[in-house]
Amino acid sequence: MFTETPFIRRKRRAERIAQCFFAGMAAAMVIPLFLIIGYIVIKGAPAISWEFLTENPRSGGAKGGIWAAIVGTFYIVFFSLAVSAPIGVLAAVYLSEYARENWFTRMVHLAVVNLAGVPSIVHGLFGVGAFVYFANFNDGKKSIIAAALTLAVMTLPVIITSTKEALAAVPRQFREACWNVGATRWQTIWRIVLPNSISGILTGVILQVSRTAGETAPVMLTGVATYKLLESTGLFLYHPIRDQCMALSMHLYYIATQANNVPAATPYAIATVLVGVVLVVNAAAIVFRIYLRSRKKW
Amino acid sequence: MANSSEKRPSRGALALLSERTIESLIYVCGFSAIIFVFGIFFFVFKEGAPFLTKLNFTEFFFSKEWIPTSTVQPKYGIGALIVGTVSVTVVAMAIAVPFGLGAAVFVSEFCTGKVKESLKIIIELLAAVPSVVWGFIGLSVMSPVIIAVFHVPVGVNLFNAALLLALMSVPIMVSIGEDALKAVPDSYREAAVALGATRWQMVYRVLIPAARNGLLAAVLLGVGRAIGETMAVLMATGHAVNIPDSLFDPVRTLTATIAAELGETSHGSDHYQVLFLIGVVLFSITFVVNLTADLVVKGIRKG
Repeated sequence: MFTETPFIRRKRRAERIAQCFFAGMAAAMVIPLFLIIGYIVIKGAPAISWEFLTENPRSGGAKGGIWAAIVGTFYIVFFSLAVSAPIGVLAAVYLSEYARENWFTRMVHLAVVNLAGVPSIVHGLFGVGAFVYFANFNDGKKSIIAAALTLAVMTLPVIITSTKEALAAVPRQFREACWNVGATRWQTIWRIVLPNSISGILTGVILQVSRTAGETAPVMLTGVATYKLLESTGLFLYHPIRDQCMALSMHLYYIATQANNVPAATPYAIATVLVGVVLVVNAAAIVFRIYLRSRKKW
Repeated sequence: MANSSEKRPSRGALALLSERTIESLIYVCGFSAIIFVFGIFFFVFKEGAPFLTKLNFTEFFFSKEWIPTSTVQPKYGIGALIVGTVSVTVVAMAIAVPFGLGAAVFVSEFCTGKVKESLKIIIELLAAVPSVVWGFIGLSVMSPVIIAVFHVPVGVNLFNAALLLALMSVPIMVSIGEDALKAVPDSYREAAVALGATRWQMVYRVLIPAARNGLLAAVLLGVGRAIGETMAVLMATGHAVNIPDSLFDPVRTLTATIAAELGETSHGSDHYQVLFLIGVVLFSITFVVNLTADLVVKGIRKG
């Protein structure tokens, strides 16, 4: 062993300080998250009951539960996914399997990057101009379909990016082997590339669900009402074209800022449900991904 | 696939047709991203355009008087709103850049194995928390804390919103920053270690200069996210049209103004059109920021 000169000692000390410093930086972001989420859950959990989840809101949201908002969020997520998942997957197939290195492909890449960067409120304005007034689904009024389409455009980059990664993870040899036995490009994609990347694609779709469920600003301009009095509590509360719906995210905003006489615990309970949904969905995607990585065959 | 060999050369016309169809569909979908970007600009601009003829550009951009609902003389000056957006973004970045890049360095260089994996997962979850929940946190958790700690009368203000935006934009900085550090070839690290550098010396003498462009792109994407954020700033800034004197003054941003006021305007009114013009301004700002970030990233790939 060599002896420790002052120079080396100083170097070691700098190293230790740096390590603690960077660890502190990372901890400074992670710990507040736990504290805040923990605080919300502790304050909100007592107010969550079966009735809270399955009853419609009453008295302007002051009484009753959040069922109408849960169903509304489900509607929006469902319709938006039904539109954006196929388009996004096919767009990723184009980028990963068909696109050549030329200016057009670069434009598409640039468009995807910029689409992801457009502020959510501008997506909302686009939805108002394009789907509420131009497409005019509901006579110039907000509607679920307008909100769902707005979110579909907005979350398109999420699915394109994740699907592209999933497709890129399929080794090139698989494709070459398939071409060599005489398969066409599409046959290769359909029989080899997609089956081998379906799990990665699904992970992207799951992440998209969580992103869609939490969005507020665009849907509040295009299809979500702050409060809606509903009689029934079934699954089919809304007409997708003629109705506006309630949504969990908007309901939290409304209860936290505008509603009167709301019990103090209610907004915390809604926040707990919303965060719970989003985190569970994300955690599911992560577990799914880890599981897939562990059983990858190549 | 057909297995009888005499039929091989001509796969059924139907199969060929359906393959053609699906391939053109794929091309259309690939094209869709471009259509949507232009579509967004077109429709937002189209709704706001009629007002351009009545618009006094100097007043629009520099006047701090935003009185859209006045029945006598409505005033549409977004100067104070621009200052609001800029000030919240600048303060947020002052907090987020050191923490975000520091955490990126920590994740990429100082930890391994389980710690690294779980940190990355936590950062991913941090990114998933919806913005309306952040706004609620600002309103009901941070606001009382800020009042108690800094002895200010109102807890929803510039500082509150900036803190939220910092927490919200850190995840994207960490993940892009980590990618940038990962892209530095390992031979650089090996060379530094072989010369006797400690990890810290390696980070700030070798890695940070080498990954400079990627780190800059990470910061730019964080800026883009902060400028475009809506719900959190709507709930936590105090939403008062105001040029801030101190960190604890309420402000109002461009995004929050659209979110709060569009629902109350009638289709085609002046106020409605001006809000869409604000949308055009926001679109242009984020477009430039994202384009720059993209070009900067391209810069690393080439160099």
